[in-house]
Amino acid sequence: MYRKGFPQVVLEPWERIPRTGRAALTGDGFFLGSRCASAGDDGLVLVWNIETGERLQELRGHSQQITAITTLTAGGEGADHTSLITASSDRSLSLWDPDTGNRVQTISDLQSSVKCLLVLERLGVCVSGGGELCVWSADFQLQCHRQNHSDTGITALIELPKNCMAAAMDKEIMIYRLTVSTDSSVSVAEMRCLSDHHDQIRALINVNGQSGWSDSEALGYVFGTWGKTLLSGPSDRLFASGSHAGELILWDAVDWNNLAYEHILWEESQAGSPTEIRLAAPKPSEMSIQHLTTNGQFVLAAVGSGLYVYDVAARTVVAYRKAAHDSNVLHTMLLSDSQLMSCSEDGSVRMWEIQDLPLPAEPASAGFFGMWTFGRPNKPTAPPSKKVMEIPTMRTLELTGDLIGHSGAVQVGAPRRHGSGRGGATPRGFSHASLCCFQMFLSFGENGLVTCSTDHLLILWKNGERQARLRSLALFQKLEEDGGL
Amino acid sequence: MCLHPDVVLLFYDAALSDAFLSNTTMIGSPDVVAFTKEDEYGQTTPDPWALPEEFSIPLHPLADSNPWAKTSYAKFTKDFILISEFSEQVGPQPLLTIPDDPKVCGTFDLNYFSLRIMSVDYQASFVGHPPGSGYPRLSFVEDSRVVLGDSKEGAFAYVHHLTLYDLEARGFVRPFCMAYVAADEKKIMLQFQELSLRFSQASECLKAGNRRAFAKELQRKLQDLEYTHSVLQREEGLQREAGPQSMYSPHAVEKANELANVEKSIYEHRDLLKQISSYHRRPRRDPQAVTCQKCMTECLEECEVLLNKYAKLANPFGYSNKAAKGEGELGRSDAERGEEEADEDEDAKRRPSYTPQLIKAKSAKCFDKRLKTLQELCEETFYEATVELLKETERSFRGDLCYLHTRRLDKALRRKQRVINFLFEEDLDDDEEEVGTLRPFCAVNHAANNFVPLNPPHIVLGSPPLELDVPEPSRPQVPASERSSVSQENELGLRESHLESSPSDQTLETQGSSEETKGSFSSDKSGTDQAEKQGSLASMKSEGPDPDSDLTPDQNTDHERESSSEEIETTTGEDDGDNGGDATPVSLLEMVAELELGQKDTGETVNEPDLLVPIDTPCCIAQEGFLYEPTAPKAVPCLQRGSLPPLDQTLVVNQEPLALLPIQDDYTVGSPGPESAAAGLELPVGPLGEPVSLASFEDGSDCTMSASTGSDRAASPLGYGGFLTLRQRKKAGQGALRFVRQYPFAMQALWCLLSGRTLVVLGVDEGRVRRLVAALALFVPDPGKCGERVQAWLSCPFTLTDLQRWKLIGLQRVASPVGSSILHSLSRYSRYISILDADLKTLRCPPYRGQLLANVADHRTCIRRGSTYFLHLQSTLCRLAAKAFLLTFTHHLHLPVSPREGSEVVEGRRRCFLQEQLGVDEEDSRILLYLSQLITQQYLQPSDGSTAKPPCFRFNYTTSVLYKI
Repeated sequence: MYRKGFPQVVLEPWERIPRTGRAALTGDGFFLGSRCASAGDDGLVLVWNIETGERLQELRGHSQQITAITTLTAGGEGADHTSLITASSDRSLSLWDPDTGNRVQTISDLQSSVKCLLVLERLGVCVSGGGELCVWSADFQLQCHRQNHSDTGITALIELPKNCMAAAMDKEIMIYRLTVSTDSSVSVAEMRCLSDHHDQIRALINVNGQSGWSDSEALGYVFGTWGKTLLSGPSDRLFASGSHAGELILWDAVDWNNLAYEHILWEESQAGSPTEIRLAAPKPSEMSIQHLTTNGQFVLAAVGSGLYVYDVAARTVVAYRKAAHDSNVLHTMLLSDSQLMSCSEDGSVRMWEIQDLPLPAEPASAGFFGMWTFGRPNKPTAPPSKKVMEIPTMRTLELTGDLIGHSGAVQVGAPRRHGSGRGGATPRGFSHASLCCFQMFLSFGENGLVTCSTDHLLILWKNGERQARLRSLALFQKLEEDGGL
Repeated sequence: MCLHPDVVLLFYDAALSDAFLSNTTMIGSPDVVAFTKEDEYGQTTPDPWALPEEFSIPLHPLADSNPWAKTSYAKFTKDFILISEFSEQVGPQPLLTIPDDPKVCGTFDLNYFSLRIMSVDYQASFVGHPPGSGYPRLSFVEDSRVVLGDSKEGAFAYVHHLTLYDLEARGFVRPFCMAYVAADEKKIMLQFQELSLRFSQASECLKAGNRRAFAKELQRKLQDLEYTHSVLQREEGLQREAGPQSMYSPHAVEKANELANVEKSIYEHRDLLKQISSYHRRPRRDPQAVTCQKCMTECLEECEVLLNKYAKLANPFGYSNKAAKGEGELGRSDAERGEEEADEDEDAKRRPSYTPQLIKAKSAKCFDKRLKTLQELCEETFYEATVELLKETERSFRGDLCYLHTRRLDKALRRKQRVINFLFEEDLDDDEEEVGTLRPFCAVNHAANNFVPLNPPHIVLGSPPLELDVPEPSRPQVPASERSSVSQENELGLRESHLESSPSDQTLETQGSSEETKGSFSSDKSGTDQAEKQGSLASMKSEGPDPDSDLTPDQNTDHERESSSEEIETTTGEDDGDNGGDATPVSLLEMVAELELGQKDTGETVNEPDLLVPIDTPCCIAQEGFLYEPTAPKAVPCLQRGSLPPLDQTLVVNQEPLALLPIQDDYTVGSPGPESAAAGLELPVGPLGEPVSLASFEDGSDCTMSASTGSDRAASPLGYGGFLTLRQRKKAGQGALRFVRQYPFAMQALWCLLSGRTLVVLGVDEGRVRRLVAALALFVPDPGKCGERVQAWLSCPFTLTDLQRWKLIGLQRVASPVGSSILHSLSRYSRYISILDADLKTLRCPPYRGQLLANVADHRTCIRRGSTYFLHLQSTLCRLAAKAFLLTFTHHLHLPVSPREGSEVVEGRRRCFLQEQLGVDEEDSRILLYLSQLITQQYLQPSDGSTAKPPCFRFNYTTSVLYKI
């Protein structure tokens, strides 16, 4: 299972929470302060306290599996109230109060089930995508509604500058613009259809430069600085999409131009592309981009059972791992600039570190005979990487940890970049990066990490050393209160 | 009643505190020893560094103290409890033994021994009319406690005399006694207080039941008398009408006399009823006679009801007036009677109606009378509860003195270490708040309410356990004093009624006269010596710094000894300090030393700790066979009326001649049957399930052990500190020893368990896996009260949740799709678990080369017996737990001393502590860290037993290696 390089941190699943419901869990967790919510195929949404692992609320109402879940923060400064919006296969949308567990609003007569949700905080609206595109006001009144022509419907939605948003529909990305009229009614207009992909689009994310909204700041902050960023130059604002055929396209978020086209294939396909990766014969599913995640600097793509780190600035793949997992990678997450996590269908969760090769770092020894080969056996990269090694910027993905806990698949999900999460505002921006709406792991910084899987378990992983220290602290506090043993 | 020359008499002061051994023997009875004390108390200054005396174990046994020397010529194999009675018809006779197994007594002559024990009855009982009172008085007798020895038979006994009431008996009393018979004199002597406590409880229970039965009997009798009275009145009236006015025929005179007799009898019986109902208000001089408040009030209410009823009904004048009014009118009289009966029915609807019977003027001859059996004398539930109590007593005193002593030390120690007990020790039964206090005991109600009917008795072997119970030395609560205080609290109006001139006071006064006669026979033999001793003892005691001097001298206990003997009574007048001293705990060691001294030398007061109890390891080991031997099936069928077991009648008379049995109907109220007998005074009593659970105790099969070691424990309503569970654990000890000897990698396996890594025992054969699991379960820290951390046999794939829950899993190896998925889960979680393959005899676990476990997992160990190994193991684990305790509660090992310190510094300090102070290396420290983690968690979130939170699941990533044989 585990190869080498034991992680320095000891993670302890603090609480293992057996889930009720059916086998396949489309778990979904996100921040609600120190809480997280999970949704399953049983139509149940559960709110957990991640400090103690106790179950806070049980939101019952949906009769079928939850297909999308997101948070909606309303209210003024300091008095934010977070609500939960869930969409289910029973063609209903619900607004919940996670503090009380009450269902505040329900819309049940939708024409199709919602596949993705997008909250536009600035406009105070919520957009649901599926067979149709609907815009809802904060009090869940339908603002406008647009039927789609595509059979598959909208699978992902992201927000773009200038009141625009991008929706992935089969092979196309449709750009919409929302217009708020004076009487505060919202209308949606189709701006452009981007059809550069040759296969179904699987992942759609915002890529926000070096200091974009992928950083730990809350979404509100991002929106607050939006105007300035726009002024500084359109090329800073990007978004990326990945398709089933392994195409990774970088788009300009403002004028919707195709900036870079990367076809990640196992075999040589496109001559002349410096970033192309040539690898052995793939099946289509092996080159499908399941998931994209980014921290602005890198885009991490889950391709088949491999992981690819794409440098946004250099427009090139800087590190990759062809067989990162034994089965398809479903979900990835960038924990920090160099650390990332991934999970796969078989339920394994792995932690990786992007490491520089020793060789390029020491130019003086470049010519030293044997040094290069000495270093090589230590590298876990696959044999074809020999070729790649010639690229001077190439780095490696080193396995640093393996979280074995789940027995089934860790579900498909979109990553949320790592953040301290406890800054000013409640972090709630992750859903912007969602393609599929499902979040399979959630990092709470040093508070731990939540993973969920089809085995009905939600596991809260914590740093054992830290927990031990905290427990010791509590022990001596209690000892003092008790006045000795 | 002649006193056999070598009966050993031990006078016991019922205030029950110190039992001291005299150094003189009584004249004419060479074996007689009496309690006295060599006062050395407080004269030594305690060495602060020395091990507390209560935990010290004598280094060398005394030369001549072979613990089996005395048992060798005893005619019985085990200690037993004998219940005898002094029948007014046939004299002393044995009634019942516990355990009720003829094998126990062997060739021991129970009849002979009954004679002995009944002949030393020191109860201050008296019979008949006290001078100056018109009616016969019930004598309220306190129990007496005597230790008796018969050197010829090799038997020593604690004898507890008690008196039950029987309306048909002479003086309404039936003397009984319960004796704990053992071959070891010391055992009796040193367990005296506990024996006394337990037998007092049993006695109280029996007496409570008896009082109810007696009240009921009185009720019936009164009804009979009423009826007889009415009939006689009618007859007399008829005669008066028939005969000439001025002339009384002899027949009429006879009738009138008869009527007068009946009236007198009614008065007498009403008075008796009053007396019996005042029983509860009477001050008890026996500090151990703590009765259950609930029972008492209930009984009191019942009696009040009865009394009220009969005050109304049984007013002979009222009745005769009525009869006189309706002179000769039979019909009307009958109608009235009918009314009254209806009245009565309303009064007590719940009791079945009783048909009164005409009482013959002449009572049957004394020797024709059939005496009631013990069962009949006591309400059934109470009787059964008593028998259960005695059974439990017998059970808890099994084993020899060394064993009992060690067990108590162990218990006392464990009570001190509550923080870490949960790790390896079995659960202490008594709750913390119960320790040191004696709740009023009620076998019946408590047995019905919760299945922990017994208050674990105080360790009165010596002082240590008592002192351990008490956290602060400033308030040394000693059972005797507490008991008395409790009894004061519970017996309502004790003080007030003490001052009143209640019937009991009268009896108290009249006791003196009766004791004159009793005292005479013993004072012939030992009077002067006793008195001297007692006096000197008292004086010495008053000198010593008495830790209990703040206790108010209990007057009750003061008078207590009156019932024992006259000699003691004379001394009690002299000093009150004696009573304070009564509460002084005497250490076992002291007592033994004095015992030894008493046998050797007279006046010298030597208090050398060297001359102490002979305890050496070989004796413990050799004794185990006896201790743990699966005892003969002793699920004694409940002795019930009419269904008495056919035990050998030659030894024990527990059944009346069959010809007399039909008479029983006379005693039943309403419908016949044992249930209805109790129905007259109903009690909210649940079924006593003890016999059933007892049976489940006895088969300590591997399965139950492994599946839930603790559930047996938890389910045991009677388990005293898991006495029976110990047998199971010992069995597991054998398994563990076998495992250690058989597998060279046992140490690694044990390390896994102790460091919190789940161990999976994989195998095809269920029995083998279960046995292995049972053996290894000993090593699972914090196995939970019900063994929640151990899963003996699992035949489905396990998940991560299971790994968190269980630390030891027996897993079935099957060749099927299920089996493959099991194997898949094994490989999936192989990082978190160690796998012991029972079939291939391999172990897959992280490498371990530590030395900490070398002495418990030595595969060339010289230990041959499982129980020995178990003890060895326990001591090792105990040491580990102590180290973990130290690690857990040392502040600077976990938290920075100064704010500048980082966690690395703290960690370094911890590592340093582990390696240099505790001397454990890296791998061994994993054990300590795990134990420490458990302690921390337990301390932060004390589990309330039922919902034990699974420990946090923590792991490090380490590689595993495969060990093979």
